[in-house]
Amino acid sequence: MALDIETVRRVARLARLEEPDARLPVLARELESIMQWIEQLNEVDVEGVEPMSSAVDVVLPMRQDVVTDGGDPLKVLKNAPRSEDGFFVVPKVVE
Amino acid sequence: MSELTNLTLKAALAGLKAREFSAREITKAHVDAIAKARGLNAYVLETPEKALAMADASDSRLAKGEGGALEGAPLGIKDLFCTEGVRTTACSNILGEFTPAYESTVTSQLWRDGAVMLGKLNLDEFAMGSSNETSRFGPVTNPWRRKGSNVSLTPGGSSGGSAAAAAANLCLGATATDTGGSIRQPAAFTGTVGIKPTYGRCSRWGIVAFASSLDQAGPIARTVEDSAILLKSMSGHDPKDSTSLNVPVPDFAAACGRSLKGVRIGVPKEYRADGMPDEIEKLWAQGVEWLRDAGAEIKEVSLPHTKYALPCYYIVAPAEASSNLARYDGMRFGKREAGEDLIDIYQKTRGRGFGEEVKRRILIGTYVLSAGYYDAYYLRAQRVRARIAEDFKNVFQEVDALLTPATPSAAFALGEKSGDPVQMYLNDIFTVTANLAGVPGLALPAGLDAQGLPLGLQILGRPLDEATVFSVASAIEKAAGFSAKPDVWWG
Repeated sequence: MALDIETVRRVARLARLEEPDARLPVLARELESIMQWIEQLNEVDVEGVEPMSSAVDVVLPMRQDVVTDGGDPLKVLKNAPRSEDGFFVVPKVVE
Repeated sequence: MSELTNLTLKAALAGLKAREFSAREITKAHVDAIAKARGLNAYVLETPEKALAMADASDSRLAKGEGGALEGAPLGIKDLFCTEGVRTTACSNILGEFTPAYESTVTSQLWRDGAVMLGKLNLDEFAMGSSNETSRFGPVTNPWRRKGSNVSLTPGGSSGGSAAAAAANLCLGATATDTGGSIRQPAAFTGTVGIKPTYGRCSRWGIVAFASSLDQAGPIARTVEDSAILLKSMSGHDPKDSTSLNVPVPDFAAACGRSLKGVRIGVPKEYRADGMPDEIEKLWAQGVEWLRDAGAEIKEVSLPHTKYALPCYYIVAPAEASSNLARYDGMRFGKREAGEDLIDIYQKTRGRGFGEEVKRRILIGTYVLSAGYYDAYYLRAQRVRARIAEDFKNVFQEVDALLTPATPSAAFALGEKSGDPVQMYLNDIFTVTANLAGVPGLALPAGLDAQGLPLGLQILGRPLDEATVFSVASAIEKAAGFSAKPDVWWG
């Protein structure tokens, strides 16, 4: 495994994070050292172990598929960077 | 009126109920103390008008002989809890001046029980940090200093504001959250008591999400019993959080002072860190003696996968964070940057809105979840997590609770570790296991080091058995007789 500058550039793009070119070598070094430290997980025998995704052993509860909230667009829009006529204003997404 | 800020929560509640002083008086005393203590940077938003209005409402209820379990008690709220009409930022620039139109379940329960909100408390950005240095508002300064020194120390993190405010008598108690140690490490660094309850005990609804399978809310206060009183109000089932447990909430305060006769305490041999000061080792041994004297049975136990907990956490937590933080795109709330096209706007908004540590974790998370690495990193970490949880399950067949050090060191200086991410991560070496396994953990002060700084011990318990954790903690609190307070240098 090598976390090179190109990998960092690709991952930053995937994560939609602008990182100036000058930051990429620094980040590559930092992430490489973190990932190297993480490599020790390879020592653990996990043969046949089920992956754990939740901290509690419970079945997710089901509920009726009904609307429980909403109907207040002005409240929803209160924190919008731009809004107009009860809608979010966003940059052009499709040509 | 400064003596009103010195009271424990329990004593304050009794005084309020007996009408020895009013909610307005005790609230005003705290408001004034906060205004004088701005040098600590514990509060990022003070809400004195709201506090006094809430206090007046409490006074009218108290006058009628009514009032809830926390009636008139002034508290601080970590700025990770959404508070209706009060700016909530997670101490990140990306949230701008975000002002929620809703109240988190945990804080709504505190107000239901009559508590008074003093303001919003500082934290590491999105609760990612162990020193409070990644906050957009700058670090909190620990009220404690080394003997004869004026070097500024960290209060720990991420709940640095909550811990510093409790330690400096700027609230009777505070809300906090803990994803890898963010309640317990700051509590240990400031001589306060903090508990992360069982995962699912407190609703996560309305708390800004960091790593959803690890995040839990809990209180920081000045005594074990005060933390038990607060936890009771904060706990309880909430249909709005699908991982919230639908189980009764016991009277945690009643467990404080309970006899330890026949209680079996495990001392896990793996809870030793390289370079850990002798003082911490000695304090731990002292803690064992205190519990033995209190009637507990002591047993050395083993949690063999302990050393893998932190590297496991640094896959799981960033993976969940990278997914949770995808919502910050500058479209519906927060700050939006200008750009050439949609992707460019996203990248600039996120690139500038998030701080360095948050971006580092998003990158790690995105990397370990990306095609070709998912199995090798993320899936493996989830399997190691199962091993760690299994360790606890096994050990809790033999013992009822575990005693460990809370942190591998006392509070360090601001700037001392901020250059090396892995060194910073190692702060959580003793606390992170409880988050991965979902078990409750409490940190409390047990002594001072040679430089006069507080050192903490940690008690870990079975899932949903916070009661035993509180009873063990109160026995240590009683034996330790920890009464040291920092010298007031902040005004």
